[in-house]
Amino acid sequence: MTTPLTYQFVNLLAAALLLIAFAMLSQRRILSLIRLFAWQGLALTLSTAIVAYSTDQSHLYWSAGITFALKVIVLPWILHRLIDRLNVRWDIETLINIPTTMLVGIGLVIFAFALATPISQMANTVTRSTLGIALASVLLSFLMMIVRRKAVPQVIGFLSMENGLFFAATSATYGMPLVVELGIALDVLVGTFVFGIFFFHIRETFDSLDIRNMEKLKED
Amino acid sequence: MEILWVLGIPLAGGASLALFGHRRWAPELNSAFSLATFIAAVLLVARVVAAGTMTVFDDQFFVDSFNVFLVALTAFVAFTTAMFSRPYMRIEQEHGRLTPTRVRLYHSAYQIFSFTMLLALLTNNLGILWVAMEGATLSTVLLVSLYRTPASLEAAWKYFILCGVGIAQALFGTILLYFAAEKVLGGGTTSLLWTHLYSVRGQLEPTVLSLAFVFLLVGYGTKVGLVPLHNWLPDAHAEGPTPISAVLSGLLLNVALYAVVRSKILVDSALGTGFSGNLMMGFGLLSAVVAAFFLSRQRDIKRMFAYSSIEHMGIVTFAFGMGGVVAAFAGLLHMTVHSLTKSAIFFTVGHAAQKTGTQNMNEIRGLIERNPTIGWGLALGTLAILGIPPFGVFASEFMILTTAMHEHSWATPFLLLALAVAFAAVFRKVQPMVFGESTARRLPHQPALFPVFVHLALVLMLGLYIPPYLEQWYRQAAALIG
Repeated sequence: MTTPLTYQFVNLLAAALLLIAFAMLSQRRILSLIRLFAWQGLALTLSTAIVAYSTDQSHLYWSAGITFALKVIVLPWILHRLIDRLNVRWDIETLINIPTTMLVGIGLVIFAFALATPISQMANTVTRSTLGIALASVLLSFLMMIVRRKAVPQVIGFLSMENGLFFAATSATYGMPLVVELGIALDVLVGTFVFGIFFFHIRETFDSLDIRNMEKLKED
Repeated sequence: MEILWVLGIPLAGGASLALFGHRRWAPELNSAFSLATFIAAVLLVARVVAAGTMTVFDDQFFVDSFNVFLVALTAFVAFTTAMFSRPYMRIEQEHGRLTPTRVRLYHSAYQIFSFTMLLALLTNNLGILWVAMEGATLSTVLLVSLYRTPASLEAAWKYFILCGVGIAQALFGTILLYFAAEKVLGGGTTSLLWTHLYSVRGQLEPTVLSLAFVFLLVGYGTKVGLVPLHNWLPDAHAEGPTPISAVLSGLLLNVALYAVVRSKILVDSALGTGFSGNLMMGFGLLSAVVAAFFLSRQRDIKRMFAYSSIEHMGIVTFAFGMGGVVAAFAGLLHMTVHSLTKSAIFFTVGHAAQKTGTQNMNEIRGLIERNPTIGWGLALGTLAILGIPPFGVFASEFMILTTAMHEHSWATPFLLLALAVAFAAVFRKVQPMVFGESTARRLPHQPALFPVFVHLALVLMLGLYIPPYLEQWYRQAAALIG
């Protein structure tokens, strides 16, 4: 059922996904970050479509379509509009410097592969070796959310984490049932709107989108 | 059929209140929708009691005694909270803390939140359960920041990010579960259905299942407020409007715990070991003890009761972790009495804070002098939550303690320590607030305190006497979990 070529394509796209996750980690400009996020969405769409083609699962075409519409077009567009209106194209400050972040990231990738090995050995899907990569990109997005100080990059990290999870769903299994995928897509979309509303509230109150302003609520 | 009503009414309520939520009669409309939901839930209960477990719409929805009991509780507390929020939100508006637009957002999101809670309880699909839990976060996050103060925005952002990250773990757990199921049941919609998974539990891959449970526990555990994932909880409770604190404590935590317990039933019976039970016991005990020690350090009254919620959810998680029919029975009872008592406390606390214009416990004094009902409500609610007999919390805590002594005696000192520390801390703080020289002023609207006393009366009744049909019902549910 598998032709080696499609198999290799999926692996290639998985590698692209991981590479983009690293690129996001090192990227300082918000605009480039959004562009990278759109590319990641595209890689996800292609890999989903290839899995759909090679395994002949028609509902995966639907999820590829949803992914394309949502993650390559709608979400980047919303994010663009947001940063235009908020005027926040500035360079991003990070809590840890970028080389250190990259080193931590490499550690996370090794950890993810170690964790995923026993599971992917049991997978009978064509794309089983990609589970480790999916887990790794989830963890890298976590890292990004932790080290970024500004609200917008944190949100992009959040969305790219969802990309990683989605990739895990398509690579380890043949994607979740369509009704679940639709629900997840709805949540992501609503979530982005809520984030957007939130940015304006934060800016109104603090005059900046710096999360450092929001460290008052602590236990003494 | 009743399921459609239970889910359809709050959804319709959310839509219509999005249009009319700022009108003068919107609070009444909100309560009317919640009342209708509650009636539908009662009809559903009657149906399940008569006909037993049922699945409808191609097995997509599933009702057994465990979740129907939570559906009834959720619909009831949502209704009484809507009753409470009627005068409460009017007073807030008159004090100038809210604009009509925000009141509209509040009413609409309140109904949507009830909808997500009921959907999470009724669905048979673990994927939809996840979607509903995430929907619950999304619908309440803008309510936590309703007052737009710096502190409330910070709390909402924390709530959003922490619960978002937590819930992402739960999604990964769900994916792993699907991965294990897909090999046995074949792909498609059916392999995420809880009932189907349960029927083939013996054939599921054990390593994948245990890994999936860890992710699910961490994910949904964030929403339960288990230590060390609890950071969002006190902030969200303290900064949001009080009706939201009441439903977060009374409903959201229960429903999140429901998700954990459902996974536990599946995983434990598949593995045949106590793996997931032990994890839950550990997390539960840690939460109870840590939260009890944080109680005495609080100055904000809502924050203190938020920590008390963490403590009680810890105790319930511990009880379900122990397993066995008695512990599960006690856990269910404790869930019920905790959500009734805690929401009653938040109702009184909300009005007390309005009367004194502060949430700082050092500045709230002498409630009983100016407003005996609020004062007595707070005093009795506090006694109830601290587990003083004859209230129901005492009965459930007693059962949990005796079971723990019997089966896991090492845990007893920790439980007793948590209960004693919590008692000392909360009692010392609440006593001067209730008695002493008064600082309260008059409110522009008559507060609705009847829900407080209805809740406390129910808790008192559950402590003295559990009606036979209710006991039967708890027993059935406990047998399912145990």
